[in-house]
Amino acid sequence: MNEVPLTHILFVSTALFFIGMYGLFTRRNLITMLMSIELLLNSVNINFVAFNKYLYPDKLDGVFFAIFIITIAAAEAAVAIAIVINLYRSHKSIDVEDAAELKF
Amino acid sequence: MTASQIIFYTISAFILGSGLLSVTSTKIFRSAIWLLFSLVGIAGLYFWMQVEFVAAVQIIVYVGGIVVLIIFSIFLTQESGKEMPKPSMRKTIFSVLAALFGFAFTYNLIDEYGFPIGNAKPFNVAVSDIGTQMLSTTDFGYILPFEVVSMLLLASMIGCIVIAMKTPEHEPGEPKEVMLDNNEDAPAPTVVIIPSVPEPLIIAEV
Repeated sequence: MNEVPLTHILFVSTALFFIGMYGLFTRRNLITMLMSIELLLNSVNINFVAFNKYLYPDKLDGVFFAIFIITIAAAEAAVAIAIVINLYRSHKSIDVEDAAELKF
Repeated sequence: MTASQIIFYTISAFILGSGLLSVTSTKIFRSAIWLLFSLVGIAGLYFWMQVEFVAAVQIIVYVGGIVVLIIFSIFLTQESGKEMPKPSMRKTIFSVLAALFGFAFTYNLIDEYGFPIGNAKPFNVAVSDIGTQMLSTTDFGYILPFEVVSMLLLASMIGCIVIAMKTPEHEPGEPKEVMLDNNEDAPAPTVVIIPSVPEPLIIAEV
């Protein structure tokens, strides 16, 4: 089963992490930034499950961490979208440059 | 090259390609759909790694929950057909450089570390094992994080309702009541109050 070396799976998750980071740097729209954060969290999940499978196949801790990260990501996305909708109601825009009242 | 390897590299190319399109597409709705494909690909990667429970949770929570929530919020806040403004050239160049250098550095570390070749033990995750260890109170049990995460979900649910609740706008009746209260505070004889009540009413309605 272990025909694919661990480093190749880590290559995928690292590349996904930096794709998400690129999105977080270039996007200025709150919803697309939230989507980039989802990509980051998913790449970390791949890492946890892959390490558990390849290095400690008789334990389950990586799977538990992945499940808890998915749960917390769901809560985070719900709160973030509530904030986005409230921001849109008061500013008529969800661009991060427009919400600068607390900037200075 | 065996079938398992071919499946892995296909799934990986799918994940990375749709992830890249998701962060570079200029239309926000297409961006959300590419994110959906990327998350489905990650679920496929979990199936390939034979952790079917995590794959199922990934599909249910991410694809069925978060992406649908994101698409709803796009419909509520954006004109989804409109093109988003492109980031400035300077920002794009520096972001690409940062991502590339970060990736090169990290992958260099991973490549040189030399992970031990797996002892090729089969990795079978039974859902009953996950359930037993999740609720066990002995060592290596996860009952405390489980309870904490349930409190977190409750708190975030209430918090979402409170944050997104619409604050009621001022009804036209409210200043009327305030003025009436002010009038009643004055220690005036009851005979005077009765003609004084209609006056603020008219003011408030005008």
